[in-house]
Amino acid sequence: MIVVELRKMFRRPRTWATIAVLNALPILVAVLLQLTDLAPRAGEGPPFLSAVLRNGALYPLAALAIVLPLFLPIAVAVVAGDSIAGEAQAGTLRYLLARPVGRTRLLIAKLVAVLAFVVVTVVVVAGVGYVIGKTVFDAQPIGGTSVSGTSLTSADLYGRTALAVGYVAISMLGVAAFALLFSTLTDSPLGATMGALAVLVASSLLFTLDAASPIAPYLPTRYWLAFVDLFRDPIQWRDITRGLALQGIYVGVLLAAAWANFTTKDVTS
Amino acid sequence: MTAVISTRGLVKQYGRLRAVDGVDLEVLDGDVYGFLGANGSGKTTTVRMLLGLVLPTSGEIELLGERMPRAGRRVLPRVGALIEGPAHYGHLSGRENLSLLDASGRGGAWRTRRRRLDAALDQVGLAGVGRRPVKAYSLGMRQRLALAGALLRRPELLVLDEPTNGLDPQGITEVRELLLELHRGGTTVFLSSHLLAEVEQLCSRVGVLDRGRLVLQDELATLTAPTGSTVVHTPVPDRVRAALDGRVSSIDGERVVVRGADPAEVNALLVGAGIPVTGLALERPTLEEVVLAAAGTSTDRVEARR
Repeated sequence: MIVVELRKMFRRPRTWATIAVLNALPILVAVLLQLTDLAPRAGEGPPFLSAVLRNGALYPLAALAIVLPLFLPIAVAVVAGDSIAGEAQAGTLRYLLARPVGRTRLLIAKLVAVLAFVVVTVVVVAGVGYVIGKTVFDAQPIGGTSVSGTSLTSADLYGRTALAVGYVAISMLGVAAFALLFSTLTDSPLGATMGALAVLVASSLLFTLDAASPIAPYLPTRYWLAFVDLFRDPIQWRDITRGLALQGIYVGVLLAAAWANFTTKDVTS
Repeated sequence: MTAVISTRGLVKQYGRLRAVDGVDLEVLDGDVYGFLGANGSGKTTTVRMLLGLVLPTSGEIELLGERMPRAGRRVLPRVGALIEGPAHYGHLSGRENLSLLDASGRGGAWRTRRRRLDAALDQVGLAGVGRRPVKAYSLGMRQRLALAGALLRRPELLVLDEPTNGLDPQGITEVRELLLELHRGGTTVFLSSHLLAEVEQLCSRVGVLDRGRLVLQDELATLTAPTGSTVVHTPVPDRVRAALDGRVSSIDGERVVVRGADPAEVNALLVGAGIPVTGLALERPTLEEVVLAAAGTSTDRVEARR
């Protein structure tokens, strides 16, 4: 069933269109930076962007930081929100379940397909960022500079980039879990996607509000940008481990709720 | 005869509405069962409960001798279903759609998939359809494709909800022939429909659902058995009344209903009296009359509450 879901996902033109659009923004930013030579000052704008003019090897991370706050969550919410509700709206859900495909199996297969989409998207964004960094900017092949200002060896940099890609993927899994839960609650994929985005917008908004500081550590978007800490010297694990634990709890609870709802609901679509 | 579908006291309650209210279905091995009912009478909910899509509020369902929905994993691969119209992935070809459906769930080994797809597409008359995406199909083609999906695993039982919906007259005839052929091959067919003519031509047993209740379930032959009267067509109905003193039960234009289960005897009397007879037949109720007598008004009607 997992293979079937992956086939459905990656044979859909929409999947590739989404990935292409996600890559368009970092490419545009890179071209603009190179033409104008106006990088944001250190500490402003998306992380890493101020450093890429000096070292293009950091551009994959800058690319991730550009798409992470908005575009990547939207793409993940669209795909995950569509997973069950899209089948329900098309009417194919009833034929799948009467085949029969077990409801738990279908949910797991959908989750794995969404996970595959997240990983492929993050890796493609990082990969395209790497190519841009190499071609548009001066990349320093040996080593790079950490955010703290010390130099990193090239092996170190690649290792940390891989960790950052993994961390971003796990952060997106939280978004996917929200959208998947909503997807089992409604027959409208748009509704499920919007629901997940509403949660993220609310979370981002509360994060900026001082009055909401008591609940700030529990907001799903709280530790999203913690992957920057992977490039400090030494690595600051505090926020990263907290981010992982928080996402783990969200994903666990939301998926359990999605499962409980989907396995007992009447399929009338 | 073993029961292929059997339900006892099947109930589905949505809030205060009882969509299905104590239905005891019995479909026997080798039946072509016509499941009739007006729109909104609970047919589709019943079909969905049989297939484990909707969970019953109370009551028991046995499909091919096993309890549903618990045994769905074992039973449903032996059942082919067409539920409330076709549904496919519009951007993929018909063949690719069938291939995905075949790969979903158990029992669809990929080694033999090609052969299964070819056979199913051939059966429903879509063998030469090629790579066109399903969104370019007509409704009739989609209906055929859905039927092909139901036939993929050579099911013992076919559960079909309005299978001829959207087909042209030739298509309807083709599907009817296909169903009869499958039935001759040993497949039990459960056909849910509101088209009386379709059921009358195909089915051996009939169940009628009205507002969630099964008001009638019997052999079609029994339901439309002769009433014991003879229908005579004649240009001079009044003379028939005179000749067959007291046996005429009704006159409607040139159509005269005469008590007596032997048309030959009636004919002899009329000819003896010199009355011209243009038509002569045993009186049988039509399925339509039987259904209308058993069921109330259409459930689409919403009368004002007093």
